[in-house]
Amino acid sequence: MNTAAEHHAAMTAPVLRVEGLSARIAGQQVVEDVSFSVPPTGITALLGRNGVGKTSTIKAIVGLIDRTGVMELAGQRIDKEATFKIIRRGVGYVPEDREVFSKLTVAENLRLAERDADPRRQLVEELFPDLLARAGQMAGTLSGGQQQMVSLARALLNTNKLLLVDEPTKGLAPKIVGEVAETLAEAAKTVPILLVEQNLQVVRQLAGDAVVLSGGRVVHTGPALEFLDDAGLIQRHLGVSTDTAPHGDTIQKGAAQ
Amino acid sequence: MSTVILLLFTGLGLGALYFLVAAGLSLIYGLMGVLNFAHGAFLTLGAFTGWEIARRSGSDNWAIFLLSLLIGAAAGAAFAAFTEFVLIRRLYQRHIEQVLVTLGLSLAAVALFDGIWGTDPVYIQGPAWFKDTTDILGAKVPNDRFVCIVAAAMVLLALVFFLKKTRYGMIIRAGVENRSMVTALGIDVRKAFTLVFTIGGAAAGLGGVLASHYFGYVSPMLGGSLLIFAFIVTVIGGLGSLTGAAIAAVAVAILQQLANFYLGGTGDFVVVLALALVLLFRPSGLLGRTA
Repeated sequence: MNTAAEHHAAMTAPVLRVEGLSARIAGQQVVEDVSFSVPPTGITALLGRNGVGKTSTIKAIVGLIDRTGVMELAGQRIDKEATFKIIRRGVGYVPEDREVFSKLTVAENLRLAERDADPRRQLVEELFPDLLARAGQMAGTLSGGQQQMVSLARALLNTNKLLLVDEPTKGLAPKIVGEVAETLAEAAKTVPILLVEQNLQVVRQLAGDAVVLSGGRVVHTGPALEFLDDAGLIQRHLGVSTDTAPHGDTIQKGAAQ
Repeated sequence: MSTVILLLFTGLGLGALYFLVAAGLSLIYGLMGVLNFAHGAFLTLGAFTGWEIARRSGSDNWAIFLLSLLIGAAAGAAFAAFTEFVLIRRLYQRHIEQVLVTLGLSLAAVALFDGIWGTDPVYIQGPAWFKDTTDILGAKVPNDRFVCIVAAAMVLLALVFFLKKTRYGMIIRAGVENRSMVTALGIDVRKAFTLVFTIGGAAAGLGGVLASHYFGYVSPMLGGSLLIFAFIVTVIGGLGSLTGAAIAAVAVAILQQLANFYLGGTGDFVVVLALALVLLFRPSGLLGRTA
């Protein structure tokens, strides 16, 4: 009885709980008292205007910037831990702007990311066959879309409890955006994802829940579609008119930055 | 012609010493952003340790020379690892404190060496072959130059192999490019920091033993005098670039030798001028990041 209850609790408990997260960069407050949870399945979108603190929130979660607050990954506190330890607990991080190692080959970029004793090379080869053909190529010479594939592949090589994916479609051609979205949808079948994304069409396609930031604080949480279908909320929190935003436009129009 | 040949080989020998110091400096700065002013002390300790091996054995044959190279490199490596682990590790991202600590350590180390071995230079004997010369196109090149050149070339090849073919080498190359992303892949980059310091210290210690034979003596100031030119080599070669350091070391040393001979002893001035020109027209150095 207890075991079943514990199993149910584990299946419904958030994979990530963030409570009162604040962060500073060079003395400037970039995230202030942010609290939200990421459910154990599906994709949760982290939304907000440009410069509102979405990327900083992701970086604060993995400890890449100084932060305070309580953070739990699958019930374990991670807020005092160094970045590499948080990642080893089972977090895959796909940063904004890909951040591939340009002077390392594609194969070296992937080998460097292998944490598990038995990395999922076959999965990566199936998802990104193009990378296999370019294994010996310097990552810096790849196109933006190919670099994004390397960045995603690095996160998908290992078995993770959570993926943090920061603006994966930024600056990519529409065809590549579709491929990235498909990859994320495929990945989300096995691992929950916290996704920062400007393209609302991609958010509509992928996200089950949404957390909306404004001024470094959480201003809305709830089902993603409920938020995207509410013209007033979108106008207020993202500064986008609804006649264009929900079906393909990005939220950069009227952004604060 | 024979003079030019002699100057070129003397320059190559000196360049080999510059490279052995600059290789560690460049990797340490490239990976960690640390300007290590204590690096010369690793070299001096290596040189004195090598001299002690020769003195205590009472012999100057090849076996003792090779042993002194090994022990000198080990002493430099141990001193460097100690420095990183005890002093530098707490100061990453605090660049002013790093400069103060490494500068202070370099001064303290010289004082320590003064206390142990005295302020006067101690003279060193190597294998008899070192004192001979080899005739190359009419130039009588001292044999110890060849030893420096071969040793530095072997260190360069070993470092390139290590950086290209091992996982830690890959971590270091990636860390030079983007340290925080390496940690974001779950890698404890601090181990790479200690390793790079240790490797740099070993190269400097080895360079110390070779420098003592090149100059014929060891003094507490030996490391400091070579460190100045190694810094120049590191900046000209490009911070974080091993190949850049190798090319710049040879170029700087040969330029210095030629200027000293043909321009009335202005070698040091010409090298500083070359540094200024590189900073003006190619601030990232020959093969590296922005200085």
